[in-house]
Amino acid sequence: MSKQPVLEATGIVAGYSPDLPILHGINLHVDEGEIVTIIGPNGAGKSTFVKAIAGLVTVSAGNILFNRSDITHINSHQLAKSGVGFVPQTGNVFTTLTIHENLVLGGVTLPAKKANQRIEEIYQMYPVLRERQFEKAAVLSGGQRQILAVARALLTAPKLMLLDEPTAGLSPMAATELFNVVRNLVADGASVLMVEQNARAALRISDRGYVFAEGQNRAQGTAAGLLEDNDIKQIFLGVRKKPDDNSENN
Amino acid sequence: MVLQHIADGVLSGAVVALGAIGLSFTMKILRFANFSHSELLTWGAYFGLVFLGFTTAFGEFFGGNIGPFSFGWPLLAALVLSAVATSVLALVLHALVFEKLGRGAGHMTMVFASFGIALLLRHLVVLIWGPNPIYYSNELQFAILLPGNVRVLPDQVFLLGLTIVLVVCLHLFMKHSRTGIAMRGVSENPDLAGLSGVNVNNVVRWVWVIGASLAAVAGVLYGLTVQLRPELGFGLILPLFAAAILGGAGSLYGAVIGGLVVGLSENLSVMIIPTSYKPAVPFLLILIILYFRPDGLFGERR
Amino acid sequence: MTGVISYLVFFLILALILSIAVLGLNLQWGFTGLFNAGVAGFIAVGAYVMAILTGPARDAVFGGFGLPFAVGLIGAMVAAGFAALLVGLVTLRLKGEYLAVATFGIAVTIQLVCLNWEYVTGGTLGLISIPNPARALADGPLAQNTLYLLIVVLVGSLAFWCFERIVQSPWGRMLKAIREDEEAAASLGKNPTRIRLESFVIGCMAMGLSGALYVGFIGYVSPSDFLPIVTFQIWTMLIVGGSANNRGAVLGAIIVWAVWTTSGFVISKLVPTEIQAQGGAMQAILIGLILVLMLLGRPRGLIGERISVSRHARF
Repeated sequence: MSKQPVLEATGIVAGYSPDLPILHGINLHVDEGEIVTIIGPNGAGKSTFVKAIAGLVTVSAGNILFNRSDITHINSHQLAKSGVGFVPQTGNVFTTLTIHENLVLGGVTLPAKKANQRIEEIYQMYPVLRERQFEKAAVLSGGQRQILAVARALLTAPKLMLLDEPTAGLSPMAATELFNVVRNLVADGASVLMVEQNARAALRISDRGYVFAEGQNRAQGTAAGLLEDNDIKQIFLGVRKKPDDNSENN
Repeated sequence: MVLQHIADGVLSGAVVALGAIGLSFTMKILRFANFSHSELLTWGAYFGLVFLGFTTAFGEFFGGNIGPFSFGWPLLAALVLSAVATSVLALVLHALVFEKLGRGAGHMTMVFASFGIALLLRHLVVLIWGPNPIYYSNELQFAILLPGNVRVLPDQVFLLGLTIVLVVCLHLFMKHSRTGIAMRGVSENPDLAGLSGVNVNNVVRWVWVIGASLAAVAGVLYGLTVQLRPELGFGLILPLFAAAILGGAGSLYGAVIGGLVVGLSENLSVMIIPTSYKPAVPFLLILIILYFRPDGLFGERR
Repeated sequence: MTGVISYLVFFLILALILSIAVLGLNLQWGFTGLFNAGVAGFIAVGAYVMAILTGPARDAVFGGFGLPFAVGLIGAMVAAGFAALLVGLVTLRLKGEYLAVATFGIAVTIQLVCLNWEYVTGGTLGLISIPNPARALADGPLAQNTLYLLIVVLVGSLAFWCFERIVQSPWGRMLKAIREDEEAAASLGKNPTRIRLESFVIGCMAMGLSGALYVGFIGYVSPSDFLPIVTFQIWTMLIVGGSANNRGAVLGAIIVWAVWTTSGFVISKLVPTEIQAQGGAMQAILIGLILVLMLLGRPRGLIGERISVSRHARF
């Protein structure tokens, strides 16, 4: 199977301040239609990496290609326009806006008519959002917020979806539901790159996985392979809390 | 007597409210206290004067004054043109100074630069139009007598009416237009707004245009009901800040309520303190608010 | 030649008097990060207290105690410091721009008091005939002014020395720590609010001293001497010289005052007297331009902070 790479990141060096890089030359690619998960211990630079792709963290060396065009230093709103959706780990919905307004902002790069059509489609996919469309996003539960955040990023039908710990703080049920949503994204033609603490559950729905440690690539392979790998199992999957242990905390 | 003070307070509060809306939005979305905002009122008022000169020349076609007001269509046209010109002025200042400082420099540097800009703008007015008060019209108006022996001028009624119309329009804009929603999104979380595809720089320009346009209208209305002088805006710095801080940065209705509270307390204060100390009243309000809520009445901790 | 010298003496007296206020502002802004937009107000407090303490007795106006010059200076500092303490207790919890708004309001209020509290301040007329100690000790304007310059140099050097000692002391290093990271400083068991308050009070005392020296030299005081433009000049002096550097503060004071007086002189020659107000406006515009251009082009001033690791130094 020879698929086109949607995202190709080469030798990424990045950090919150130029003299203190957190990433030391990361390489990663995501092919069309793939779900790719990044796992690794805390402080490995997983979140920093997706933020670097999204333009929230300055990249000081290396380059990022999206559909063969360079997006290394692009503005975040241009990135959204070019077809990359990003769901940050925290602050991923506008709590002072209504659910409907959150979706309107998700579709701000589309022509108004097209955006309304997409919002309608989203409402069909997630009826709970339609029911509560005039309520402030602040009142949503953690799982609903996460779904709203994904739905907001989905509006433009992005080619690549970046998810930063989408199930953090969710109940097991909500996490399962969210993973279903992620699987559906691919069915709709997107590729997904996600960072997950919930490594085992995430790898189960992924095609491939990367293991980061201390800002560098440690291992990579098919999701099934990583799940079976004894070292990985011991270091990252064994010591991790099982998804069932996570409790809803907001 | 009390009723008269209340009426005067509401009227001056309306001007303060129009000015404070823009200031409040800048504080929230641009994240700095803009000391030069009130100078936009001064410039709006003087731009109005310039355009009034042009429009009056063509104004003969449109007949004389409208109803009981001291002005006709030329002033309304001048009002619109002044809003446009003041917006251009604000955008130029943004491009030359604030945008540059916004990247990299701390937000106190922007506060400070706004001090410098305020001084420049104020004295440019003196340089161009001279230090003495000017009036749009020399016509005398007869006051309308309201129940309770309250006297108001027709122009003041116009001021209040226009303020209400503008606030309602702005509310609808903020609530229903994409740009309005984007402005609210940026004020809550600029990063997320950018990731959603909102062009944050454009939103910032909208903030300037809205703030400057309302400032221009406030300036012209002040010029219409009081007078034009170079210190017009300077004298409003504290009232505008008091209203914006009282209402909470970024809140439209907060700024309006803040404006009314400031206007009313200034005008009612003369019943207990000498008139000459009236300009200190907004400052006392600021102190009281900030003493109890150091981050503003509805402000979040930063 | 004597003309040039006597003008130079006159110029230096005022520049150095202002530089003391700039030193005070430098402690507040440069070292502590406090935005004091009410400098003119604290200078006014010092000036009026000096006038009341050392001036001659007069009818219907409070004060005129005829006390010695040195007592006046100390009284002015104490009064400005006390005013700062009152103001600071209310406002120093406020940070950043709210402090700027509050101190701006204080200056406006102090000016209103100067204008309207006639029993103490003499109202719009102000207070006149404040004795200049140099007049009693020397003959002729040049000798008198030179003597006063010596006094100012002496007092100014003392102030400079004090401020250098202050910022190099452990307490001074604490100021920077608070400026950089208040929470970290607080976690070391320091009380940032108290230290900020102390810095604010000491800075304002210098402003009061500056006001007192000014009145002692000019011989009268009136509300129009303390317009907001004064705050602005002091700030520009600090930014031009370079904040968080006491030498920069003095250098900035001399340069900006030179620009101000020279431009005033040139404008008064070129602009007809009928439009003097416009001439004054040109001077203010010049200062405003200098400030904004400095912020844009050379934000650290001519000589900025000596240690440049701080993020604040990007100011």
